Amino acid sequence: MNAHPYAMSFLLATAHIHGPHISWAELSPIAVLGVGALVVLLVGLASSQMVRARLVPTLTLVAIAGAIGTEIWRFSHAPQTIVAGALRIDDLALIADLVCAVAAVAAVLLAWRARAPREAGQGEFHSLMLFSLMGMAVLVSAQDLITLFLGLELLSIPLYVLCAAEYRREGSLEAGLKYLIIGSVGSATLVYGLALIYGATGQTGFGAVAHVLASQSGGGLLGDPLLLTGIALVIVGFAFKASVAPFHQWTPDVYEGAPTAITAFMATATKAAAIAVFLRFFDFTLTAEHVNWAPALAALASVTIIVGNVGALGQSSLKRLLGYSGVAQAGYMLTGLVVGTRLGVSATMFYVVAYLLMNLGAFAVIVHQERVSGSDRMAALSGLGRRSPLLAWSLTIAMLALAGIPGTIGFIGKVQLIHSLVNGGYGWLAIVLVVGAMISLGYYLRVVAAIWMTPADARGVAVAGAGPLAGAPVAAFPPIAGGSPEADLQASAGGGALGVERLTGDPELLLVAGVFGALCIVFGVIPGPVFEFVAHAGAALVGLR
Amino acid sequence: MIFAHASSAPFSLSILIWLPLALALVCAALPARVTGRALAALSLLPLALAVTFVANFNSSYPFPQFVTDHSWIPSLGIHYALAMNGLNVSLVLLTTVLFTVSLAWSALRDIERPRLYYFWLGLAESAVLGAFLAQDLILFVAFFDLMLIPFYFLVGSWGSGERVRATIKMVIYTAVGSFLMLAAAIATGVIAAGDHHTALNFTFGALEHLPVSRTDGEWLFLGFAVAFLVKMPVVPFHGWLADAYKSMPIPAVAVFSGVVAKVASYGFLQIVLPLFPQASHHFQVLMLIIALVSILWATAMAFTTRDVRLVIAYSSVAQMGFILLGIFSLQAPGAQGALLQMLNHGLVTAAAFFIVAAVAARSGGSERMDDMGGIAFRAPLLATLFLIVTLANLAMPGSSNFIGEFMILLGTFQSHLAIALIASLGVVGAAFYGLRLFIGAMHNRVGGRVQSFEIKRSEAIAIVPLCLIILVLAFYPQFGLSRSQASVNLAIAPATTSAFRGSQSAAALLPTFASLDGPAGWWAYPLLAGVSHSLPGKPRRIYTYTTASSGSGSGQ
Repeated sequence: MNAHPYAMSFLLATAHIHGPHISWAELSPIAVLGVGALVVLLVGLASSQMVRARLVPTLTLVAIAGAIGTEIWRFSHAPQTIVAGALRIDDLALIADLVCAVAAVAAVLLAWRARAPREAGQGEFHSLMLFSLMGMAVLVSAQDLITLFLGLELLSIPLYVLCAAEYRREGSLEAGLKYLIIGSVGSATLVYGLALIYGATGQTGFGAVAHVLASQSGGGLLGDPLLLTGIALVIVGFAFKASVAPFHQWTPDVYEGAPTAITAFMATATKAAAIAVFLRFFDFTLTAEHVNWAPALAALASVTIIVGNVGALGQSSLKRLLGYSGVAQAGYMLTGLVVGTRLGVSATMFYVVAYLLMNLGAFAVIVHQERVSGSDRMAALSGLGRRSPLLAWSLTIAMLALAGIPGTIGFIGKVQLIHSLVNGGYGWLAIVLVVGAMISLGYYLRVVAAIWMTPADARGVAVAGAGPLAGAPVAAFPPIAGGSPEADLQASAGGGALGVERLTGDPELLLVAGVFGALCIVFGVIPGPVFEFVAHAGAALVGLR
Repeated sequence: MIFAHASSAPFSLSILIWLPLALALVCAALPARVTGRALAALSLLPLALAVTFVANFNSSYPFPQFVTDHSWIPSLGIHYALAMNGLNVSLVLLTTVLFTVSLAWSALRDIERPRLYYFWLGLAESAVLGAFLAQDLILFVAFFDLMLIPFYFLVGSWGSGERVRATIKMVIYTAVGSFLMLAAAIATGVIAAGDHHTALNFTFGALEHLPVSRTDGEWLFLGFAVAFLVKMPVVPFHGWLADAYKSMPIPAVAVFSGVVAKVASYGFLQIVLPLFPQASHHFQVLMLIIALVSILWATAMAFTTRDVRLVIAYSSVAQMGFILLGIFSLQAPGAQGALLQMLNHGLVTAAAFFIVAAVAARSGGSERMDDMGGIAFRAPLLATLFLIVTLANLAMPGSSNFIGEFMILLGTFQSHLAIALIASLGVVGAAFYGLRLFIGAMHNRVGGRVQSFEIKRSEAIAIVPLCLIILVLAFYPQFGLSRSQASVNLAIAPATTSAFRGSQSAAALLPTFASLDGPAGWWAYPLLAGVSHSLPGKPRRIYTYTTASSGSGSGQ
């Protein structure tokens, strides 16, 4: 067929196609990101190095800020289904959007002086990030099987590229390729599952599918192998994206290889979006079949919690460790989904917010470590408490929060999850969760020990350089000088590690680490605002108890 | 007014809890040279505050006093509720005393990274006080877990030997228990609210009025019991003890063994017995046997080890066994003796650890008994103080410890004669290992590396005050007993009376309880006027007492 392309476009333009009504106010968070991505891409073409290195990230931040603004503007309005039922803008979507946007802001800051945007091109790097963010916004608002898939691909494809952004480094290329292959398998599985669900119900809209399922007499899910297979494949597809075991193997490798700013973005934003769509799909579309899919997801969550936590135990690379820890945390979040109650949805979203705050601080410190020591090995953290107290405290708080120590947001998140589990009749899953938390102490505390507890042989050296007793033999420093009370001539000035008077490190890293570390504590002590924020999410999904 | 007889306090308990942390933060801003001395001096403030509270405490009123109650997480029904009652009043005072002494001991020594060190000690004091004063289950669990963090750092950064391994082992052991307790605590609230169709509320007062079913109570009991047994520790759960106590810096091990371990035994009295009375009764024999095994095993270990610090460590395992024995005798004298013994043992064990440090300083830094001996000749004062502590530790008649152990055994005799008889062996064993330690360190042939000298100011500052308090308590054990008696009776009453143990009759009692609403209504204990006559013979005495005092106490 040799139809002239111009003729084709002419035909399209003149045909009377009635486009759906578009409510631009509701669509604004997505639209702002799309426009921002295009503008950033164009500005990135500027010849001036100054413009590219400074203006592009700034414009990216402006675009994200715009999206955040519109999201806050639309927040706690009545839910709207827009674009002919393709998208539903409700509070669950907006909370997930906000989480992703905050993660993106942090990622842009972490990438400010990084190698990745310089190598890949500032415009391309940042516009891909914005497109990925836009994909997340589409995904979490999707109200239709087709939009769901579109959102997922728009999220994933830019990320495949971004993982390989440092294209002169083998590890980065490997991470990109690995993520591309495994991500594509996940996407393919998902689209197959979606097709089967469409085949079984004859509908693509979530509401219509839910309606068909609710009105089905007898048998339900178990009576219809087509639907059953479809849902199983969808679970697998989502599990790839949310790195739920046993579909998590790519996670530590990709996290380790990708540029750290991108790892931080993937770890927090992708996970938030995947969990949000998980919530919407299961606790809204398939809520009528809750009794049938809940045991499967409960089993998946248990496996994830155990596999993630045990896997993290032996890691010496911080990024790999956080990768496994992210697997375990995905398992925790999944438990809130399993119970299928509003309480569970709120608990999951609370944990998503907590997870965001806990991880970004840690990743900022890892970026700093990589710039200073060239590696993300745990051993390199030794003495961080002296060199940069602010970063050391941020990482300490992040680790304690991830472990669920009281006084941090991680504790409240776990309390909330256990509460929803016990309330929903999944007491045994709560026990699995706390067992996972116990195992997790084994590696989170190792990181903290690496920061503050210098090995015995290094101790004398470290003190000798700082205190007035420089040059004294190691033996002069028994534990708290217990042996010789005469030694209290003058307290060693080698300390001072508690104070934050010495701010070393790039200012944007200190900002990210400080802000998110502080928030972990603030919201751990005063969790009320976060509770009110996420309570909207549970209410957004109609049909839940 | 409900609190007509409850005394009013000049300050809020919140100030008492958070003052140590605030002071530590303030002192961290000072030059590192003076941090320790400033904090040691300022730590007299929380001590003075605690004394004020104890002075204002109304001993005859068994219900919570100086109540602070705010909603912390409204959507989960979690309260920031603090109060003092007969169970925690002496332990709060003990906490402030031991921390002040430990800070003073540290301040006269050279410490690496002093600001960080004192920050952790300050946080530890705040967390321990919070755990003692919390009146909300989740708040209690939060403080209980928070206590662990400072000690994780204190052992890991300032410890000796295999400190990092020891500290991670300690944290994981403890966390296994405390995370299970977190799940059990949340489940308690959710199940109680579900069974009785009330709003979620985790305050002790509310939960005591909302009994859970027998089967639920049993597994919830186990969740709490594991956490407390690990923290105490008693025998099957003591794996972390030797390494951690061996590595801890002396001031940390003094407060850890003195008060942190007491939070666990206090938890049994404050939480487990009142909230799960049926389960406590059900598992009574199991707990008694655990206590018995701890006493015998730890006595044997203390008698055989050559390490001075471990003698004290195992001796405290044996003492914690006695305390557990007293609590689960489920008799008034046993429980009162247990509470008195918590106070006594806290003082004695802390003093003993400081003395271990003093003795080790005279034997070339070694804590092996083989390297010691003959220290008393040149240090008579130190030897005298050591003797006081030793005699108190082996519960010499005339010491307060004697009264504590006597009451514990009395209670156990009343409930389980055979167990009490075997446990008495532990008292005998204590005399053996206590005197062996004293003689081995202070007398006998002078050890190879021993260079003895009289007690120094930097040692006396910790040891002398503690010994004085031990002596005062020996003459006046009523200090602890009189304040705790009413509350202890109230705490163990549900577990000792079958009226509360049968779920049917417990449910029938519910309407007689005071309203759960209102700012303070949930504190009020039911007026059991109509119930006491139906109680069986033995516990009736308790009830006559509690009803009498509650009648006069809550003059509404």
